[in-house]
Amino acid sequence: MLRILGKVQRIGIVTEDLAPWSDRVLTEVGTQLKAAVGMRFRGSLAIRQIDAGSCNGCELEIHALTNPFYGIERFGVHFVASPRHADLLLVTGPVSRHMEEAVRRTYAATPDPKLVIAVGDCGANGGEFGVNYASAGAVANVIPVDAVIAGCPPSPLALMRGILEAIGANRLAARSP
Amino acid sequence: MRSEGRFGWLDQLLGQLLSEDLPVRELAPEPGLAPARSISIDPEHWGRLGQATGHTGCRWVGCWGEDTGDELIVHACFEKDRGYMLARTRLRRLTPILPSHTPYHPAADRSERHLQDLFGVAFSDHPDPRRWVRHQAWSASEFPLRRDFPAAGHPLAQTPADNGYKFLHAQGSGVCEIPVGPVHAGIIEPGHFRFQAVGETILHLEERLGYTHKGTEKLAEGRDAAGLARLAARVSGDATVAHSWAACMAMEKAAGIELPARALVLRAIMAERERIANHLGDIGAICSDVSLGFGFYQFSRLREEWQRISLAAFGHRLLMGCIVPGGVVADLEPAMIPAQREQIRAVRPQLGRLMDILTTSPTVVNRLAGTGRLAPALAAGFGALGYVGRASGIDRDLRRDAPYAPYDRLKIPVAVSKDGDVAARLRVRAEEISGSLVLIETLLAELPPGPVCVPWTPPAPDAQGLGMVEGWRGETLAFVRFGDEGRIARYYPRDPSVINWPLLELLVEDDIVPDFPVCNKSVNGSYSGNDL
Repeated sequence: MLRILGKVQRIGIVTEDLAPWSDRVLTEVGTQLKAAVGMRFRGSLAIRQIDAGSCNGCELEIHALTNPFYGIERFGVHFVASPRHADLLLVTGPVSRHMEEAVRRTYAATPDPKLVIAVGDCGANGGEFGVNYASAGAVANVIPVDAVIAGCPPSPLALMRGILEAIGANRLAARSP
Repeated sequence: MRSEGRFGWLDQLLGQLLSEDLPVRELAPEPGLAPARSISIDPEHWGRLGQATGHTGCRWVGCWGEDTGDELIVHACFEKDRGYMLARTRLRRLTPILPSHTPYHPAADRSERHLQDLFGVAFSDHPDPRRWVRHQAWSASEFPLRRDFPAAGHPLAQTPADNGYKFLHAQGSGVCEIPVGPVHAGIIEPGHFRFQAVGETILHLEERLGYTHKGTEKLAEGRDAAGLARLAARVSGDATVAHSWAACMAMEKAAGIELPARALVLRAIMAERERIANHLGDIGAICSDVSLGFGFYQFSRLREEWQRISLAAFGHRLLMGCIVPGGVVADLEPAMIPAQREQIRAVRPQLGRLMDILTTSPTVVNRLAGTGRLAPALAAGFGALGYVGRASGIDRDLRRDAPYAPYDRLKIPVAVSKDGDVAARLRVRAEEISGSLVLIETLLAELPPGPVCVPWTPPAPDAQGLGMVEGWRGETLAFVRFGDEGRIARYYPRDPSVINWPLLELLVEDDIVPDFPVCNKSVNGSYSGNDL
């Protein structure tokens, strides 16, 4: 235990400020996000990630959001195990036809109002796989999509920015009854 | 050139089959397939070949098909004493019936069913004739990898969920069935697991994969070499270097292209970087699965730092798209040589200290020691690959055993354990990180000058190539056949997960359901690489 505490003390906090990415837009969106999550989600945005047929590249980078550098939870964003607990679905593609129904059912199991972000070039437009006998291509071909984060795969920074922008935009309010 | 030591068994095998008057013959050597030797045999004696290779103690490596338009060709690959044999047989398209190799090589099971579903080859004595990769996206009478099947297929407006697949059911008092997936609780790939359990104890696990099947093999047809490299990079995103290298190696061998020495060394640096990145991430995830948050954060921190140097050195965090036919896409910035060295010097002592903590922490040891044990005999019988095999006593590594440049002039450290449990896989993977750190240092020290790419010249129609590399998951194969105008007629990538997935079913037996995630992570099969 002492060794663990020693290591923790030696490494200190590596979580980065948004500034080193030298992106004023991101800093701005980050601040807005915290405010938006605070206002619309009472400080807690729950994301359910669905791999709808991806090569696993996007999953690796989504996973990286939880490492101590990005620490996405500090913005009030966390990943949940069930769609029933989710405000937002983060879906990677292409949607294989074998995953189509699972994607539809997961979408149906997510309570309204909900947001869907299609992640990666495959999720956005089918990418390298497109539409074929086994692939339905873009996520939007299967369920309604509110926003897209392109990239192959998108970097954790791009993912973060995409989520912030999707939340920042007033989509939820517009779609709420 | 033949090495008698490697192929003594093959000469004996051929002698045996010929003495039985079987029409088997060795085919003229093809540079694209070397160092493997090729034989051809009639379909009716295909089963005897399986039996004879089984008795000889050959390892079953993979099988795949081709549709020439006139007939179907089925290839099977075997290995013994580090010598590879490719066997092929030709089937009439109207009656593609073939004896199965599964009775003698259990590892052949799912690959033969993959062939059955995609080519319509009927394996007459296959012990499990259920469909495998086919769910509901095409019908039982359609075969997507046949030439007359259009890539677009004939999909319904909405493909229904799979149904009617007969899982094994356990019966008896207290037995319950636990279905899991395809959508899993974590940020991982989709697949279905069906547990039969009594209380928490797993009686039996059955995997149902194929959910990420997205037509990879069909999509390869008609692409040019650069297009195939792009696709190969996405067979399994975490093994993008392994699959790109294997596919490019197959194409380059088929085309008779010699790579500049610098390109080969850069590919190897990338392959070792990929190995380290995945091991770091998985060791962190294993910690997370046993609730050691400390370990997860430390190893995911190391992985992130590692990926950032990959981005700075090669232009992509996962190294996707960095390997192209004829070489690599860009040279290393001079500053990235000392930067990588510096990172290695920083990672090495940290890895040592962290592994000390992990291997002596009671919370970790209690959960991992003895968990998910794969007995060495079972691993050997299946031909388990990569760290899964090495943690169960199988001392196999292509970089040393069937060496390709630049590994052929390097000393390759191979970490082996006989314990076979999750703890052993963790240790072996940590040792592989240490080994790869040394390899990268060596490769950086002897980085030869010169170009990093040569122009691509397409081979003649019909040229075949076989690429084989030791990816981070283990032996990774790519078979390529060219058609007209340098277009790809056939691409088959054999991810090591194809061999290792069934072993997960076996190694969790008698463990408890809550230990399944950590067992799964310790093996970390690729769903996408398996399903294609």
